[in-house]
Amino acid sequence: MQVTFRIRRYNPEVAGKDKPYWQEFTLDDVEPTDRVLELLHRIKWEQDGTLALRRSCAHGVCGSDAMRINGVNRLACKVLMKDVGTKIQVEPILGLPVLKDLIVDMEPFFEHYRSVMPYFVNDDPPPADGRERLQSQEDREKFDDTTKCILCACCTTSCPSFWANGEYVGPAAIVQAHRFIFDTRDQAAKERLDILSAPNGVWRCRTIFNCTPACPREIEVTRALGEVKLAIRKGSPEGVIKV
Amino acid sequence: MPTHQFDAIIVGAGGAGLMAALYASKGGANVAVVSKLYPTRSHTGAAQGGIGAALGNLEEDKPIWHAYDTVKGGDYLADQNAAMVLAENAIDAVIELEHMGLPFDRTPDGRISQRRFGGHTSNFGEKAVPRACHAADRTGHMILQTLYQQCIKQQVRFFDEFHVVDLIMNDGKTAGVIAVELSTGQLHVFHAKAVMFATGGWGRVWSVTSNAHSLTGDGAAIALRRGIPMQDMEFFQFHPTGIYKMGILITEGVRGEGGVLLNRHGERFMEKYAPNIKDLASRDVVSRAIYLEVREGNGINGKPYVYLDIRPETVNRYFAEAGDSRRIDREYVEKKLPDILDFCRTYLGVDPVKEPMPVQPTAHYAMGGIPTNVNAEVVIDADWTVAPGLYAAGEVACVSVHGANRLGTNSLVDLIVFGRRGGMAIADYVKQADFVPLPDNPTAEIEAELERLRNSKGKTKPYEIRQQMQELMMANVGVFRTEELLQGAVDGLKELRERYRTDLIVEDGGMQFNTDLLEAWELGCMLDLAEVTALSALNRKESRGAHSREDYKQRDDENWMVHTLAYREGSDDDPSYRLDTSKKVDLSLAEEDERFKPKERVY
Repeated sequence: MQVTFRIRRYNPEVAGKDKPYWQEFTLDDVEPTDRVLELLHRIKWEQDGTLALRRSCAHGVCGSDAMRINGVNRLACKVLMKDVGTKIQVEPILGLPVLKDLIVDMEPFFEHYRSVMPYFVNDDPPPADGRERLQSQEDREKFDDTTKCILCACCTTSCPSFWANGEYVGPAAIVQAHRFIFDTRDQAAKERLDILSAPNGVWRCRTIFNCTPACPREIEVTRALGEVKLAIRKGSPEGVIKV
Repeated sequence: MPTHQFDAIIVGAGGAGLMAALYASKGGANVAVVSKLYPTRSHTGAAQGGIGAALGNLEEDKPIWHAYDTVKGGDYLADQNAAMVLAENAIDAVIELEHMGLPFDRTPDGRISQRRFGGHTSNFGEKAVPRACHAADRTGHMILQTLYQQCIKQQVRFFDEFHVVDLIMNDGKTAGVIAVELSTGQLHVFHAKAVMFATGGWGRVWSVTSNAHSLTGDGAAIALRRGIPMQDMEFFQFHPTGIYKMGILITEGVRGEGGVLLNRHGERFMEKYAPNIKDLASRDVVSRAIYLEVREGNGINGKPYVYLDIRPETVNRYFAEAGDSRRIDREYVEKKLPDILDFCRTYLGVDPVKEPMPVQPTAHYAMGGIPTNVNAEVVIDADWTVAPGLYAAGEVACVSVHGANRLGTNSLVDLIVFGRRGGMAIADYVKQADFVPLPDNPTAEIEAELERLRNSKGKTKPYEIRQQMQELMMANVGVFRTEELLQGAVDGLKELRERYRTDLIVEDGGMQFNTDLLEAWELGCMLDLAEVTALSALNRKESRGAHSREDYKQRDDENWMVHTLAYREGSDDDPSYRLDTSKKVDLSLAEEDERFKPKERVY
């Protein structure tokens, strides 16, 4: 099967390519089950070595290859040719500065991530028997969904509120905060809720729902943001999530 | 030339690197992590099934049993003192991960949940024991996230997307590393008292692999080029259950939860090869069994794959037959193996709760690598001489706890245990050590090499050489080996190396994010490691663990209870390798306990 790619290119180092432009590539012998990442690799390896993209695991767990494929944020390694057809348009994710071809500057994204205290806090001494802290299966279940986040930025860069205002922490950072806010072992929920109730926190979310279908891990992102909002309104995460 | 100075540089930001960074930092060292990927992209995140520790949360368990399984699983090539350190430290390490917030699955009484895994038994091989502590089938993801989170909390310094390409040694002493900043193409010098390589494996040397594209063995190749030997390179694990053709890992946890392997007759063939623990035998045993089934014409539809079946009706039937009281249903499978189901549905259109999964062995894990002692200090000869200031941990290192075949879950244990021990050792070392002066113009060599590559204008694209290397290694240095196959690999690799040197073309002449150039450089690393692997395999005239010679079918304890050390000699344009087999396996547990003495391995 023949597939045509239309790829958004940009290379600040080369005159004539230092403004974004579209370039077409044609690939033959494509199988319907080929991953878009494999096809991009074929273009890079066989036709144009200068094409730049990030990738690593190639099966949807490392979060390197988020890009806009036929107008939708996806991981290139989790989309098959049969999912998108024989005309495939690929461009960098939106809302972060493009550095070269499909590579964007991830620093603003990770800065937002670091701003929400994305780490476990519990200053009590661990159990005297030297063993694990106990947690019921029900309590563990409450934050299960948000533990799946791989920080690929598909959600944040699909969010119109983020496009309009890059200072908004964005859904991914809130998902990461959620994972700790609703962990019964953690003690810093209040601090995180304070951070997220600031002007560029969770209230920038206007429940547009772009983030949820964008998530390659099928996290119910909008729901998680809603739960954080509810916890802020209540002044505590307690009782917000019922399992 | 930008030059940075830190007490310690950790190269690589997977589980071992992050654990080491955390401990070196907590111990007072000024430490930086330098990685070619953003830390959360590291391949630790792809580990699925669990991390082994004898917590005994569900059934009685002991570290000594874990050590025994590790030694036996390694076909008696593991250093027994190290295996015991691994098993004993595993418990503390897992508890500590929980204290760092790692969201393990829980037992009904709120403890860390554990499941069965290949080769893990109670009471010296008596029966399978649930030892793999897990968070669904994304345990590695949780470990990687948790450690990165803790590093942020600890304010560890990160240099993300800095690709380390050389190690600076001065008069045999470690002085730092050199890295390419991906966004600018500029070289940076990191001057340090201590350097740890935690760069992971090199599964991309083979065509069917579970490994990420970035697993190209950079750290190992750099060390090798700087005079550090590679140990036990002939032992590379093929995981029995990769998705057919794609190689994506299907965790052993599937079989731990009751899944079975079936051939085209619907026969549970592992009953023939491992009558006692069947599908939960060690990985080398199961991978060989699959190859043998395929060879006998028992592959599915005449193709080189078999079925892995986790359908509740199949699993429950075998549970009932075996008098096992466990029963599973669809919800249980969805809960315990969500990512596996997702992979199969996404890539194969197969729903594992309704249909069996097509699987074949996939290149998975390097047992060999940079030799270290149990404190992650690099050792450079059979006399355990330490290279001052140089450390290695995780898959790139060879302690050796995995011997000739690693047990499932022990890779994650290795990362955490030896990453931590290495981090502590580094904190101590940098307190008393001085900076070794940088040599004049330390970047001259690597700069010349990168410029040579950047300006390569031959006819062969890097992917052509890479593909040929991968297919050659798959065919000739795979699960079964012979003199002829291995010699063919050695000759073929020499040819590929020559073409790499004289006829390569790199199209991108730029500086910023020149992935064309760096992929070409990575290919050079893989070619070196492939050659060392083939030579070490050719030299070892016995079958042991993952190294299965059809022309030397027996294990030969009389002559081969030794590690292979491979040294690179000659010029970089025309290197040769010297193999040393004088480093004896540590048998200290066997000296006190009969049960640790090498004997025939049956499961």
